Amino acid sequence: MLLQIIVLICIFAAIFNNKNNFMNHYETVFILNPVLSADQIKETVKKYEDFLTSKGAKMIAKEDWGLKKLAYPIQNKKSGFYHLLEYTVDGEVINPLEVEFRRDERFMRYLTVKLDKHAIAWAERRRKRDKANAKAKA
Amino acid sequence: MATLQQQAKGKKDGEVRYLTPLNIETNKAKKYCRFKKSGIKYIDYKDPDFLLKFVNEQGKLLPRRLTGTSLKYQRKVSVAVKRARHLALMPYVADLMK
Repeated sequence: MLLQIIVLICIFAAIFNNKNNFMNHYETVFILNPVLSADQIKETVKKYEDFLTSKGAKMIAKEDWGLKKLAYPIQNKKSGFYHLLEYTVDGEVINPLEVEFRRDERFMRYLTVKLDKHAIAWAERRRKRDKANAKAKA
Repeated sequence: MATLQQQAKGKKDGEVRYLTPLNIETNKAKKYCRFKKSGIKYIDYKDPDFLLKFVNEQGKLLPRRLTGTSLKYQRKVSVAVKRARHLALMPYVADLMK
């Protein structure tokens, strides 16, 4: 009887541990300052990619939307460099990541959303569609 | 009160008569939820051209009674529009957007 209880506790502990480092699927879009040079942009994006991978994230997709016009001015600027990162990571990494974003003056805006199963399905379809579009253009 | 048929037959003089039935549109095309109909499960905030269908020319969200969207998807539309606004993909305030 005692043995059974111990085994049960062990199983529960294992489940609990698993839940603690459960990988969630996230997507981050951010807008970088338009006055930066192409090298600085690359460096910034690389920095945050490295930050995520160092925390055990798995990068799934990376998109560069280029210089886009903003719908309204932010920090008196009318355009910005849009970038998108899609990755799976433990949820506890998101907060430190956003703190870094807030401290970084190159960032004008950012948005991180957790993707549910429908969103993941849509993200995959979107990537395929974009790939096909790029091919048709080339 | 005299019924319409009685009035039409002219049984009651002096009351309003309708020679032809009043042209009140009663059977307009029924609205439907486009997400339910076409099986869209996720509304993407990164696609401002699509979200444009759910706001008026001032950039305000249109009510469900005009677009016919079901409650479940109206909530998702509103979240998507708000995210798009935050990322400056759509304006918070505008006039003559369309």
